[in-house]
Order: sequence, then structure tokens, then C-alpha cells
Amino acid sequence: MPNSSYEKLTATFFSIVAGILVGGLVLKIAGLPVGEAYLVMFNSMFSRANYVAHIIVKSTPLILTGLSVAFAFRTGLFNIGAEGQFIIGATTAALAGYFLDLHPLLEIPLVLLLAVFVSALWGGIAGLLKAHFAVHEVISTIMLNWTAFYLQNYLVMLEGFRRPNSEASNSINVSASLTFFENWKYSDAGILWLEKHPLLADFLRAPVNGGIIIALLAAIFCYIILHKTSLGFSLRAVGHNADAAEYGGIKVKQKMTTSMLIAGALAGAAGATHVMGVSRNIAILASMEGYGFDGIAVALIGGSGAWGPILAGLFFGALKYSGSKLQAALEAPSEVIYIMIGVIVFFTAMPKLFGKISDLIKKRRAHAR
Amino acid sequence: MSEVIVELKNITKRFGSFLANDNLSLSIKKGEIHALLGENGAGKSTLMNILYGLVSPTSGEIFLHGKKVEIKNSLQAISLGIGMVHQHFMLIETFTVTENIVLGRETSRYGLLLDLPQAEHAIQKISAEFGPAVNPRAKISEISVGMQQRVEIIKALYHQAEILILDEPTAVLTPLEIEEFGKIIKRLSSLGKTIIIITHKLKEIKALADRCTIICKGKLVDTVEVAQTSEQELAYKMVGRKVEFKFNKTPPSSQKKILSLQNIVALNKRGLPALQNLSIELYTGEILGIAGIDGNGQSELAEILTGLRAIESGKIEKNGEDITNKSPANLFLKKISSIPEDRQKRGLVLDFSVAENMILQTHHLPPFSRLGFLQKDQIEKHALQLIERFDVRPPQADGLTSALSGGNQQKVIIARELSHDPDILIAVQPTRGLDVGAIEYVHRALIALRSQGKAILLISLELDEIINLSDKIAVIFDGKIVANMDALDADEKKIGLLMAGGSLHA
Repeated sequence: MPNSSYEKLTATFFSIVAGILVGGLVLKIAGLPVGEAYLVMFNSMFSRANYVAHIIVKSTPLILTGLSVAFAFRTGLFNIGAEGQFIIGATTAALAGYFLDLHPLLEIPLVLLLAVFVSALWGGIAGLLKAHFAVHEVISTIMLNWTAFYLQNYLVMLEGFRRPNSEASNSINVSASLTFFENWKYSDAGILWLEKHPLLADFLRAPVNGGIIIALLAAIFCYIILHKTSLGFSLRAVGHNADAAEYGGIKVKQKMTTSMLIAGALAGAAGATHVMGVSRNIAILASMEGYGFDGIAVALIGGSGAWGPILAGLFFGALKYSGSKLQAALEAPSEVIYIMIGVIVFFTAMPKLFGKISDLIKKRRAHAR
Repeated sequence: MSEVIVELKNITKRFGSFLANDNLSLSIKKGEIHALLGENGAGKSTLMNILYGLVSPTSGEIFLHGKKVEIKNSLQAISLGIGMVHQHFMLIETFTVTENIVLGRETSRYGLLLDLPQAEHAIQKISAEFGPAVNPRAKISEISVGMQQRVEIIKALYHQAEILILDEPTAVLTPLEIEEFGKIIKRLSSLGKTIIIITHKLKEIKALADRCTIICKGKLVDTVEVAQTSEQELAYKMVGRKVEFKFNKTPPSSQKKILSLQNIVALNKRGLPALQNLSIELYTGEILGIAGIDGNGQSELAEILTGLRAIESGKIEKNGEDITNKSPANLFLKKISSIPEDRQKRGLVLDFSVAENMILQTHHLPPFSRLGFLQKDQIEKHALQLIERFDVRPPQADGLTSALSGGNQQKVIIARELSHDPDILIAVQPTRGLDVGAIEYVHRALIALRSQGKAILLISLELDEIINLSDKIAVIFDGKIVANMDALDADEKKIGLLMAGGSLHA
């Protein structure tokens, strides 16, 4: 079926157009200049190297949580728990990054691996509950999200971890930082050099960090696991038809747990890179931050392949970033970008509609001939 | 009997690029029993769905009583006196017979209260006209499948159907019910109703129909008088080549006990007893046929032999080795393969390519996987070899399995299972839903395996299939084997009686 991926792409394209139209309608109703608003958004995506850098930074966790949701989906599981797995990854990275102080070459991989490992176990809990007690993963991951949420809030306030007189933890050690050239760019030599290279200087003003590389490696990892290994074969078999997989001797329950472990690891990597590259610490959460939930939208728009979430994550990141500019420039509500995202997801979930529209267009064309 | 009641003229129906009906014309006389014969996917059901208003034709005309009509939906078809009984009944299990029949056309008192007694009376009158009465107050879930079918027919008649379309009406019936069904159909025809039966069972056409229209790949082949045509001729016209019905088998060689089931007790998926002290012995070089009516423990029997269901008590042995409650992967290693009952649910991952389905059990083993990585070249080579050997069409290893016809999907399963070189093959309804050509192919494959000295357990609801292929026959009823016999002594009537729980000595 060479047609289907093409059809998916056109459907996604139409969905995005629909999202832009509905977003425009909302702006119009709010009495804001639609054209100007979109121009502001467009400019705030591409007009400066700094903006592009910010978009990359914003997209990194979305790509990873998107991959997490997409990966579980290939095994037929709906991972609502990326949010909680993100929190666990972030908390573990913040703890390890603060308490460990090793050489960066040792510290960075260690902190990252710890965070990924713990969040994989966190994701695996939902897999085990599903496999052995038939607890639906949607229910258990929602519960685990709240568990993670309150766990973080509890850990942040622990004496020794909490930064005194604040509602946040201590920052991670510099040796655990993923930010590119973090020390150098504020050193004399760095400032001098960057003055001569304004474009790079502008780019590096954003907290550009190694997270994006980890996200891209994770996508490659997902692709290889799913399509090149016998593990991926069995995971996909379970996702497409668990009955046939069982008949074929594949241990369905075990595979579900494996899938949730990997999904948890991916979302945990999102949390870890966020702490190690951007936020440096974790704080008391008043509400969920939404990185995991946004990952669901990313996976829905990008499809459950390995590459779709990269594009969808960048797209989502760009919208989020430009939405914040919208507020500053026009006092327009940045929520409008969430309405757009919502509409896009809504339409991507209706591929039949676009199938019908394209049929109609084909018919018209055939008629015209 | 000469008036033409339905006339379909030059009906063409396209689904995308697929031509389901290609310029088909058909005329049906009042009061006749007209069979529509064709392989799966030949376009019989599409044609009838057009007549019933479920599908609109791309081009072509329909005439009723000589008048041109356009049938846009089934409600309109019903008001024109056309009724259809689908293969899968459209009945609500928790409703009574009467409630189901009046559904959509409830008569009421004062426009408000449902008037069921009047409907009950009408239903009793209709059902008495052509056969044993149906209890109008029974719930659908409480009556037999044959009875349910009668309810569907009464429903059509209650809605004043003059033309009755029956889609594969005997597929779900027991031999006794089929006989009863035949009587009902003949009676309806004598009452002046026109009956169209969609089927691919030649025997039934011979037994029931006045005329038969054969369709092949969407095109009309011929309309024949059944009385003047043999089964062989019908098959030839349907498939386009000569078809073998009987097989000459050499007497079984090297008979050695390979599988034994002793006093097996197992539950079904609802937790109710399905197998009750069932014992079976299977020998090499033979086909043991398990005859029985659907739902007497056949599915569970297949499941315990493929590791999909655990038994409560009893013992399963292969060559004296205890293999009770082993996992599917384990039984696979013990060289027990199976053709599952439901190929789309159990047998195949439809969204996988043919090549991927060919390695469902062996994907993690060399040469298909090395150090956990799939070996694409080996997988493709393996698939292409099997595709060629088993004549899977289209011969593409990377095509999606869902795009194949039912027969070719079954070939993929058979190719895969036989490629494992099993000692024992559990074949469950291996020809279900297949057309004559594909059935012949499957039967040949089973016979060939038997000739190699392998043991085959054939579980089928088709009594003909059991009698034709088996060396020995065991009849299953209510989770027990109620009779064992040599296939040479088998008598269809006798087995039919045993299948229904009867006793030979009564």
C-alpha cells in the first residue's frame, strides 16, 4: 500500500490547514487582527536564529514524549502516562544531578541512564498491571501520573534537596548539564568570539542543549527496535493482533510490559533532558506541566512511526513558542494555539473525512474531463 | 410459474478500481427457487445487496413485475416486497421472537401502547403455514440457530415479502436443520413466494433449486435448469476447470500412536464445562475427523492442543511424553502445528506483510533473526519459496496479508504451518468460507501430509469434508466423544443423528 502514507500526509496537511482556519476564526471572534496575528507567529518562528533555537529547545521533550506514546501505541497500548514518566525522569535527573558530582563525561551518561531506568520501571508498572491483573493501561497510567506528581512535590520539599526558602529543589551540578558551551559562552573568550559571530551568538542565547540529539537518537532507536529486531516484530504483532501473536507463541503479556518499559524510558528521557538542559531543577507543581499530554497530541498528529513524532514535535514546539510571542505582541491569548492543536488532532482523527473529500475532488476532476 | 418477477439488467458495480459486478443480467420467475452460485468474492452478495437497496449500482436497471424501480435503501426494498435474511442474523438476543419480528413496524394501540398480542397472533398464523410453529414469546437467546433462522424468515414474511433473498442460509445449520430448512423453502415456493439463495454448496442447489445462475469474477457465466445439470457441471462452470470431489487415498502406512488425550476436562471462555472426560487417540499416517455441531467443544479441543487453553484435569501425551498445558511456543517446538479456526483472528496478522506472517512463530530463530536482528533477505527468500510452492496469489512477499483473498490467506497459513514440518497437524475448519477451488487445494494438501506419514486431527463442521478426508471418525457431542468409527463404515445419516445427541440403539 504505497498510497497510504501519501494519504496520511495529505490528511495531516489538510488537518493543519483546518487548524489554522479555525484558529483564525477564534482570533476573529476575539476581535483580533487575524492576518497580523499569523504574521507575528510566522516571524516569531523563523525570523531570528534565536527563535529557531528556542523552538528546538521547546520541541525536544515533545519529540520524546511523542515517541513514547507512539511506541506504546505500536503494541496496542495507549500510554496516557507519559506525563508521569516525564516527572519521574525529571525528578530522578534532578536528584542524581544534584547529589552526584563526577566528571561530566561520567556524570552526564550516569544521570541520564538513572533517569531513564527509573522512569522505565515507572512505565513498566502499568505494563505489569495490565499483563497480570488486567488493569487497563489508561486507568493505571492516569493514576500513576498523579502518583508521580505528588511524589515530586514531596521530594522537592525534602530537607537537603530543597533549595532553602524556596519551593524548588537545588540546581543540578554543572557537570550534569547538557547545555551546549554553557561555561564557555559566558566566559571572556566566548563573549569575544561570539561578538564576531552574531548569528551563532543569537542561536546560543537560547538554552540549546544535547537533548535534541538524544531525541533524534531515540527516534532512530525506536525505528531500529520496531522494524529491524525480532523484539520489534513481536511487539508489532501484539499491537496489530494479540490473538494471532498468542497463537504464534509470542508471550503477549511480557511484550506489553516490555513495550511500557520502553515507553516509560522515552518519556523519562524527556524529563531528564529538560532538567539537564533547560530547567536545572524541579519545583513544586501546582498542576501538571503537560509535556506528556502534549506527547499524545504529537503522536496523534505524527502517526505512530518513528519519524512522524520528530516533525510533529518540532511543529508543536514552534506553535507553542510563537503562541507565547502572540501574547506579547498583540495581547492575544496564547491559548489560541491550543485550540489550533486541538482542531488539528480532531481532524487527524478523522481520516475518513479527508478520504471522502479527496474522492469528491477526484470525481469532480474525472467529471471535468 | 412463468411470470418474471425480478429482472436485473446490465448491473455494474465498481468499488474503486474493483469490478464487483460486471454487466450482470438476471431474471427470476415468480415462485421459483433460484440459486446464485459463485466462488467467494464472485459478486453474488453484492448483486443481492443491490436488489435489497444496501448498495447502489454504478449502472444498470432493476425491474419488478415489469416496472422499472430504483431501490435506494432496504426500507424501500421491504415496501416493494423484498426480504433478505443475512448470513449473520440481525436479531436482538434479549428480545423475544415477537419483539424482533415487529421491530421497526410495531403495531400499537392508541398510537402509544405496543400491541404485541395481535402481532403474536399474526406470527403464529404465518409460521403455521409453512412448518413447525415458533413460540412467539421465546427469547432469541433461548432458541436454536435453526429456529432463529425461521424467525428471520417469518420476519420477512410478516413484512409482506414476496421475494425472499437468503444469503448462505445453511452455513450455520446442522444436517437435521438443513433438511428442515429445505422443507420450509419448498413449502414457501409452493405458496407462491419467490426465493433466491446465495450459496456455494453444490449439493444444496441440486436438492433445492429450480434454476441456478452461476457468477464468476463479477460476470455472468450461465443460468441453468438444475434438474438437467450435474454437480460436476456446476462446479466446472463456477471455477472454470474440472474439480475433484473424491480422493483416492492409499491405505494408511506405518500406524503408530502419536497423540493421546485422556479424560480431558476443560472449561470454555465463559467458565462453563466444554470438554467432559474427552479421550482421543491419534495415529501417524491417518486423518482423524472430529464430526460435530458447532459449539460442542471443538474450539476448546483445538485450543488445548495449541496451548491457548489450559485443561482442568486429564492428560495429553505425545509419543508418551506429557505435554499437558504447555505454552503455544512449547507445543510448536514439539512439532505440533495447527490451522486455526478463525484465520483472521488467530492465524494471521492482517496488517503484516505475507513475509512477516510466514515467520510468525519463527521470527526470533535463525536464520530469520541473528543476535536479535531480523534478517530481511532470509525472510523474503523464505516467503518467496513458500509463495511459489503453495501458489499464493498475488506472488508478493511484501504485500499486506489483508489484501489477499480468503483462499490465499488460508494458503499462507497452510504454507507456514507445513514449512515447520510438523508431526501433528490440528486442522480446524480448514476450508471455512473458501470456494470450491480453494477447498480442493486445502484437501489435497492435507492428503499429501497424511501420505508423508504425519498425523492429522481434522475438526470440521462440514460432514462431507470429514467423511471424504478422514480415515477414522469420532463424533463429538456435548464435550464428549460419543462414537468412534472407521470412515469406510461411515454413514451420513447415522453420524448426523449422533451429532445431534441421538443414540443409534434407540
